[in-house]
Amino acid sequence: MSKNNIWIASVAAPVMIMVLLLFAGSRNVKAADQPAAANAEVKIDNFVFGPQTITVPAGTTVTWTNHDDIPHTVVSTDGIFKSKVRDTDEKFSYKFDKAGTYSYFCSVHPKMTGKVVVQ
Amino acid sequence: MPDKKQDLIDQNLQDLNDDGVDRRGFLKCMAWAGTGLVWTMSGGIPVSQAFAKNSDKNDHKNAGKGADFTFVQISDSHIGFNKPANPDVTATLQTAINKINAMPHKPDFIIHTGDLSQLSKPGEFDTLDQVLKGASAKQIYFVPGEHDMLSDNGEQFLQRYGKGTKGSGWYSFDQKGVHFVGLVNVANLKAGGMGSLGHEQLEWLEDDLRGRSASTPIVLFAHIPLWTIYPEWGWGTDDSEQALSYVKRFGSVTVLNGHIHQIMQKVEGKVSFHTAMSTAFPQPAPGTAPSAGPMKVPADQLQQVLGITDVNYLVSGRSLAVVDSPLGAGAPATANAGATGVM
Repeated sequence: MSKNNIWIASVAAPVMIMVLLLFAGSRNVKAADQPAAANAEVKIDNFVFGPQTITVPAGTTVTWTNHDDIPHTVVSTDGIFKSKVRDTDEKFSYKFDKAGTYSYFCSVHPKMTGKVVVQ
Repeated sequence: MPDKKQDLIDQNLQDLNDDGVDRRGFLKCMAWAGTGLVWTMSGGIPVSQAFAKNSDKNDHKNAGKGADFTFVQISDSHIGFNKPANPDVTATLQTAINKINAMPHKPDFIIHTGDLSQLSKPGEFDTLDQVLKGASAKQIYFVPGEHDMLSDNGEQFLQRYGKGTKGSGWYSFDQKGVHFVGLVNVANLKAGGMGSLGHEQLEWLEDDLRGRSASTPIVLFAHIPLWTIYPEWGWGTDDSEQALSYVKRFGSVTVLNGHIHQIMQKVEGKVSFHTAMSTAFPQPAPGTAPSAGPMKVPADQLQQVLGITDVNYLVSGRSLAVVDSPLGAGAPATANAGATGVM
């Protein structure tokens, strides 16, 4: 190892460690302040919710986007959530705070069904 | 239309109808007509004729001749839809109305079998009203489609088109001895299911038909087919069997539906089923596409699927294949299979 390389290593190593610590630190802070502020997507394509069953941690906001030329809805089978009619490219979001299995369907095309499993 | 499908339909019609009508020619007419259907009641037997925009005047010269009365079924106008293959559904509805007005034998009334609008918006209903105002037939009977029940559970539809009806919009009326029943199978749909009439409506229907003579011709109309065409796409009504059990004792029953934007028909004993084309856009034949969404066709073909190709052949004074069964001893059981199973 040449002199230069030793010098670079002696400077770079602490910097890298600091950077790693910074990232680790920020992750810790984030996790403590806003637990699992996650998002998940469900696409509506060809009269199908995809994925049909989505599993997410509690606190996740799930957003449905209608990619069909025909309007759809996202309606909880148990009356927990209900979107307005969603035309092409329109979205609907709902935040799932509690663990459980949430079944839903399109009230316009009831053959379209899906599930959100919240852990 | 692919030849294979046409052959299948052709075969089905042949099975149903042995009256010497040139089915190939007839089928062509049915396939490309599409802006509406004329129904002629003659001696209690409905006779239908498809019509198209540029048809020769001679095609219609016998339409309605000798009939007790005639009416026109239109369906699925989807006012507000503006995507391929039809950016101007108002214009194609207007075409249908123009055709109705041009009929030499004025229909007594029009039946619209639902999906008047795309999104149940007041402006869409307003536009529909404007176009329908120009119809020569002033009496128009409606049943809602699922697109007319969005957002407000059909309240607006009821206010505009369902005054005096029961429940979510069902009713019956009589026209020169024929009993018509408008049914609603798009309300309160359940997850995983198809169309649904519901207990209350079924009870009402049973009561409505009770005491009527078995010789009374019955016409049932509703948006979603009252027979199972393709459950995978929800093309059927979960509790239609019960409704149909109430009409079994009648000598002539005609069931008119929309929803699937294409013509399908079958005969079961004395009950003939028929779905109408849309005035807005075509939908794929069952199972031939990933979904039942609007079928996109090139602009130069739209006119064909919506019915403005010239048609040179029409059955005049002869029954439509689908309604032939009540005339005879009932359709052969095998004739019923084709419409659902193979297409």
